[in-house]
Amino acid sequence: MQTPTLFALLLLLILVAYGTGFSRAIAAARSGGGVRSLASLPSYYGVHTALWCGLPALIILACWLIFDDAIIRALVMGGIADKPESIAGQNLLYAQIQNLTAGNLVGNATPQLQDAAAHLANLRESGRWMQTALILILSIGLGAYAFLRISPEMRAREKVEKVLRIILLACACAAIFTTVGILLSVLFESLRFFQSVPVTEFLFGLHWSPQMALRADQVGSSGAFGAVPLFTGTLLVSAIAMFVAVPVGLMSAIYLAEYAGKKVRSVAKPLLEILAGVPTVVYGFFAALTVAPFIRDLAQSMGLQASSESALAAGLVMGVMIIPFVSSLSDDVINAVPQSLRDGALGLGSTKSETVRKVVIPAALPGIVGGVLLAVSRAIGETMIVVMAAGLAANLTANPLESVTTVTVQIVTLLVGDQEFDSPKTLAAFALGLMLFISTLILNFIALHVVKKYREQYD
Amino acid sequence: MTSMTLNAGAAVPAQDKPNSATDLSNKPATESTSVKTQEDIAETVGSPFCDEAKLRMRNVNVFYGESQAIHDVSLDIGRNQVVAMIGPSGCGKSTFLRCLNRMNDTIEGCRVEGDLTLDGEAIYGPKVDVVPLRARVGMVFQKPNPFPKSIYDNVAYGPKIHGIASRRAELDEIVENSLRRAGLWNEVKDRLDKPGTGLSGGQQQRLCIARAIAVSPEVILMDEPCSALDPIATARIEELIHELRENYTIAIVTHSMQQAARVSQRTAYFHLGKLVEVNDTETVFTNPEHDLTEAYITGRFG
Repeated sequence: MQTPTLFALLLLLILVAYGTGFSRAIAAARSGGGVRSLASLPSYYGVHTALWCGLPALIILACWLIFDDAIIRALVMGGIADKPESIAGQNLLYAQIQNLTAGNLVGNATPQLQDAAAHLANLRESGRWMQTALILILSIGLGAYAFLRISPEMRAREKVEKVLRIILLACACAAIFTTVGILLSVLFESLRFFQSVPVTEFLFGLHWSPQMALRADQVGSSGAFGAVPLFTGTLLVSAIAMFVAVPVGLMSAIYLAEYAGKKVRSVAKPLLEILAGVPTVVYGFFAALTVAPFIRDLAQSMGLQASSESALAAGLVMGVMIIPFVSSLSDDVINAVPQSLRDGALGLGSTKSETVRKVVIPAALPGIVGGVLLAVSRAIGETMIVVMAAGLAANLTANPLESVTTVTVQIVTLLVGDQEFDSPKTLAAFALGLMLFISTLILNFIALHVVKKYREQYD
Repeated sequence: MTSMTLNAGAAVPAQDKPNSATDLSNKPATESTSVKTQEDIAETVGSPFCDEAKLRMRNVNVFYGESQAIHDVSLDIGRNQVVAMIGPSGCGKSTFLRCLNRMNDTIEGCRVEGDLTLDGEAIYGPKVDVVPLRARVGMVFQKPNPFPKSIYDNVAYGPKIHGIASRRAELDEIVENSLRRAGLWNEVKDRLDKPGTGLSGGQQQRLCIARAIAVSPEVILMDEPCSALDPIATARIEELIHELRENYTIAIVTHSMQQAARVSQRTAYFHLGKLVEVNDTETVFTNPEHDLTEAYITGRFG
């Protein structure tokens, strides 16, 4: 039986198990004096039976699917007498055998290879049968076991809740393990990069030019991997974005939460949130085609030098993009400040603005800081607008009228190239990713610290 | 004075229309008392007026949108007097209290009619600025609502925004004085920089009272200030009210009739948005004039 069919059958079995467990519990209750005589509600008996029926079988099925190929491969390769020494050679051989089995190998195959292919097909066929048999026996057997154990004394709810708790724990672990996994994969690739480029050069180098010579006699492309211009570029663009987004977002939040009438609010808030729904590519067009030329012309009319792709254009548009984050989150937080605090301040004779400035905003500050930091991480991670509006030149500059580039943009350009995967050029992307990861981690850490400090003060 | 009372009475039939609009919201209460007693509240009995009135309210009507919460209430609150307002939940006593420093302005759709004066100046006059008004008429709320600031800053907040004290030393003095008068100084003097929200419920409420008296108001409005407190904290606050009476005029809303009897000189009984009876506290609790008052204080309803 094919795996999807088996899976569907298993789901059906689980449903059946729930139904039978439920009705057996009802029957047991009827003979014993009503549902109250059961240790748990009938549905818990149903879920208990379903869990026994489905969970072990599903776990075994998942393990099977994971280890299936490796075991079959080991068996097939074990049966071949003179296999190549190198791993690459073995991979090639196994791929040939697989292709032969699938019937799409062109050319002549040796008898030995054909034997192996037959062996593989055989193993796969019997594996599938074993899988079906094992899963069905496990599912029906354990389901029947749980079904037979149903009695008014059995504490089904406690057992079900225990299993649910383990499932919840597993889900929580999944998120953590994913993070660790991503970190490790980035870390190892970065270590490979740091074997060819020293860490100090990467961290403190002031020149970024990741073009590597493809041939030994190529000129002018020695490659320079100083990440400082990228990080200053990121900082510059993000700082400009935050200069736009934080005041505008915060003030619009204050207006919406404290001053706006119901009607204005019901129109303005959704409109503002539409801004968050605009794809960043569209913001990129806007930045590159409208804002950047406008800034260049404006700067030139004032006698300043400005390139047509500038950090200012990207930062401004990114700031506009982030406004809804800041305003929407702050608005929610400000609304959550209890009315009693406002009443207290107004009752002392504060004006509306004193109430907002001295009571409401301080009370809402932890949430506002949280919203702003979310916006900062969004700004640092933003790629599309910067690609389109700020350019690709890694200039080390603090002049917002010049073109700059950011970490994320460079990661994209490094990985879309056609260089081989283990050249320092592509590996540099991982090192940049690691740096970005570490800096956002530090940022989050600081943010949590700040929020906690204010919480202590304001709670 | 007598003509005032008559006016107040005469105005009631004219209120028929808005009255019927409130019927829906007041239905449960209406059912518990007969229609006859409902009509009996045609005019306030007792003595709603006094000679040396700090606050003077005449024919006050309050509407929340379409529904009327206060029906034609007239009442005086004398200088350095404690007036208790009692009555069943939803009878409008808190609404009435909030009219006195225009806190109802913050509620959307709330409309106040009638003449309300503080020392003869109209509270709802077109040129009145609510900010100095609220500085003169302070308020303590039902739930303690200290600001999320330090104890010191909580008390110093009012004086700062009103520019009462500019120098630190003056401010320190006001803070200490207010906390002393609120009976909280000894408990908090060593931790003035700790958050006010970290105090116990009773301490928080006394902090709120200290905060209110720090701006030296002339009148203090208290909206069930002890409803969330234990008997010990309540006793301290009642003691405080006794002390405050020497300098302030106090209007207090309370659900506890013992409290009203203990702290006030005059008691006003509200029922379904109408002022039923106002008398000396002793009279109200020993010999009420109105049947409804008697029914309420003897615990027959409400």
